[in-house]
Formats: sequence, structure tokens, C-alpha cells
Amino acid sequence: MKVGVLALQGAVAEHIRSIERAGAEGVAVKLPEQLSELDGLIIPGGESTTIGKLMRKYGFIEAIRAFAAQGHPVFGTCAGLIVMAKEIEGGEEPHLALMDIQVSRNAFGRQRESFETDLDVKGLTQPLRAVFIRAPLITAVGDQVDVLSTYKEEIVTARQGHLLVSSFHPELTDDCSLHAYFLEMIKSKAGAV
Amino acid sequence: METGTSRVKRGMAEMQKGGVIMDVMNAEQAKIAEAAGATAVMALERVPSDIRAAGGVARMADPTIIEEVMKVVSIPVMAKARIGHYVEAKVLESLGVDYLDESEVLTPADEVFHIDKRDFTVPFVCGAKDLGEALRRISEGASMIRTKGEPGTGNIVEAVRHMRLINSQIRKVQNMSKDELYAEAKNLGVAYDLLLEVHENGKLPVVNFAAGGVATPADAALMMHLGADGVFVGSGIFKSDNPEKFARAIVEATTHYTDYKLIAEVSKNLGTPMKGIEISKLSAAERMSDRGW
Repeated sequence: MKVGVLALQGAVAEHIRSIERAGAEGVAVKLPEQLSELDGLIIPGGESTTIGKLMRKYGFIEAIRAFAAQGHPVFGTCAGLIVMAKEIEGGEEPHLALMDIQVSRNAFGRQRESFETDLDVKGLTQPLRAVFIRAPLITAVGDQVDVLSTYKEEIVTARQGHLLVSSFHPELTDDCSLHAYFLEMIKSKAGAV
Repeated sequence: METGTSRVKRGMAEMQKGGVIMDVMNAEQAKIAEAAGATAVMALERVPSDIRAAGGVARMADPTIIEEVMKVVSIPVMAKARIGHYVEAKVLESLGVDYLDESEVLTPADEVFHIDKRDFTVPFVCGAKDLGEALRRISEGASMIRTKGEPGTGNIVEAVRHMRLINSQIRKVQNMSKDELYAEAKNLGVAYDLLLEVHENGKLPVVNFAAGGVATPADAALMMHLGADGVFVGSGIFKSDNPEKFARAIVEATTHYTDYKLIAEVSKNLGTPMKGIEISKLSAAERMSDRGW
């Protein structure tokens, strides 16, 4: 199984390491043509304005939408969550607009408010160490969206069919259980098609 | 729930990887930088080349400028404190700055001690010329390293020297046997545990950016080619003829640093880059890279 990590900007190597630890092959994706050889895609953390801009510039918006429309699972973390959302608070133009969620950027405040904590995630057997860095929050979800975890009653992990998002950084710890969960999504999709 | 942990601070720097951090002097420049795709801005009163021209003591920027910049952009805002100036750093932290640079671009406040950076919730970036300096700063709590280069010169040669030296020293440490590491820790003046980490992982424990002399898209791509995790551009952008175009071109060249056709394309008609300074024309006192230890 081959999982791509969008490599325009951000924490690419960490995601590749977590994918490999969870038992699949990880590939850095710099060009839209590379999507055709992938079973799933991760959009990493970084700066969402930078990633969004470079995605537009290099034709990733249409390419990733088509990739997701074919039923391939997509997982967005932090900035990746923001670029997957249908609605971004504050009037910012949505990027991929794949998932029926509304997000608030930098919802916890500035870097000094960034934190880590233990988090229970639906579908995982053990609590996960979650690292939140200038993290976004999901402020509203559509009917098709399943909430997988909350922090202080705010939504921080969600799934809509083959789409998965987290406002924290699962790639910054040695625990690869959320990546393993994503690999399971890819496997079950492959079985269903 | 814990704030300011080493993972949270280093993680913040990881999110900057592959990105360009730009020096800005006001809200308008900050907006241009953000629109061009900068991953962060460094809010300053003067860019390094102007600091050089002005002479005298260079200090932390007026908080008004920093607040003005924080108000208009959603990307992280960094600011510089003098080497060893604990209070400037605490003041900047109190303003809510996202990242502090204990910087040799400003006039050092302490010739012996750097700031104890573990005492802060906000992460620090520090400059380094070699592996010893990088690991000493990490011991003190730096969450990100950048080459010192020679700021405000528009001359890439010193940044190249520092990046190459750090990388060759890392390769040397990686190839040492474990029992040689004790003596090497003494030679470099660094903590053994940190050196062991470098030996085992073949890289610094934090991200390493290029800084000090990046003036063109090709300069930024060269530093990425040499193994930088990302690039700081100081005077290069807002001292060029067309800052907007220049900023965009540097962002694209950094992302696609192996795509030479693309770098050629974005380098067309950029206008004049900043006028550079030949390093040998600088007197010892004018060399910012010799500040700190």
C-alpha cells in the first residue's frame, strides 16, 4: 500500500515516518501526476495559507478533488484540516472544500497557547498524545460527519466516509495509531470498490 | 494539558519546514509577505542592511511595530531580541510573539551568556556557524537553528560555509565510534547526550534553516540543495526593486528547489536584487556572524 504526503510545505518527513511505522509505504508528493500511483493521501500540517497558495499554483486543487471523488481516502492534519474544509471562518476562500465542516483557524490563540494533551479518539483502543500547534477547531459539522474526538467539548477529530481530519499533529509522536486507523480506511475502501 | 513543552516548541518549527520566513518592517510589508506565501514573518524596525548602514547599537524593535504586524497577518510572527537580553525576550513573549530570534543581527547585550531559553513558553531560533554552536544553543533550549551567514550583505557565501560545515561535522560525528564521542563532546564544547543524538540520527535534534545573505530565488534553492529545512530572507525582499514578485519567486524556488526550469521561469524580469557586499570588505567589527559563541 502506497500513501502520499503532500510535500509543498510543512511536516512531510514526520508523516512518512509514521506511515512506515504503521506498515505502509510513504511517498512525498510534489506533483499532481504522482497521485495516480497512490492508495491514499495525507495533507500535512504547515501554514495553510502557504499550502493553499501552492496547491492552486500547481494544479493540486482539481487533482486532489478528483482523487477523493474516486473514493481514495484523504487525511488532513492541522493545516491539512483547514484546506479540506468547506467553510473557513473569517471569510477566507475555501481551498479543496472536500469535507462538510466549518473551521476556525488559530482557534486556541497564538503559539504560547499551543499545548499537548492525552485524547480519547473513537476507534482507537488507547488514548493518544495529541500535540496542538496554533491549531484550528471544527466549529460545525454536516449530517454525514462523524465526530471522533473532542477537547473541552470542541471537535478536534472527525470523519466523513473516506475523509479524515484532526486539528492536532499525530505525526509528532511515536504513536502511529491514528495513521494505522487511516490505513484501515484505505484497506476497507479497497475491499468495497 | 501542557504548554511550552519541548515537543510543542520544536513542533512549531517543524511546521515551518520547506517554507520562507521574511523580514518585514510594517503592516503593509507583512501583508505582501503573507500574500506571497511566507510561512512566517519576522517583525523588525530595520532590516539587517539598514542596521549595517545606520551603525550604533541595534536593539529590539518598538513593540508598536510588532503589534501592528501581529494584527494584520494570520501566519506566525517572530521578533528579535539581543543575544543575552533576557528582558527583551520576556517583553516580546508578553506581546504574544510566536517565535523569538536571539539574534546576532542586533548588538549583543551579553558577551558571555546567551538567554536561558528553557525558561520561556515561546520557542526560540538561534544562529550557528558550526555544530558546536548549534548544540550549545539547543542545550540552552533553542527549538530551531539557522545558519548565521552574514546578514544584510546579500552575499550567500557565509551561509553556504556554515551549512556545509555543520553538515560535514554531523557526518563526521555519525561515523565516529561511540567511545570517540566523549572526546568529541569536549572538543566541540557540547553536552554528550546531544552529541549522541546527532550520532544516532545523523541530523540536528531540531530543524535547521538557512539565513544571512539569501538574495535571489536561486540562492534560496541552493541552500535547500545543501540540506536546509527552509529559508529566512532578510533584506533580500524589501530591498529589491519589486518585493511582491521577488517574495513569490523565492517561495516557489524554495518549494521546488530541484526544478531548475521553474527557477529560471520565476527568476525572469525580477528587476535588480539588493546590492550586495563582498565579505572581505567588512572589518572584523562589522561581521555579525562573529557575535555569540
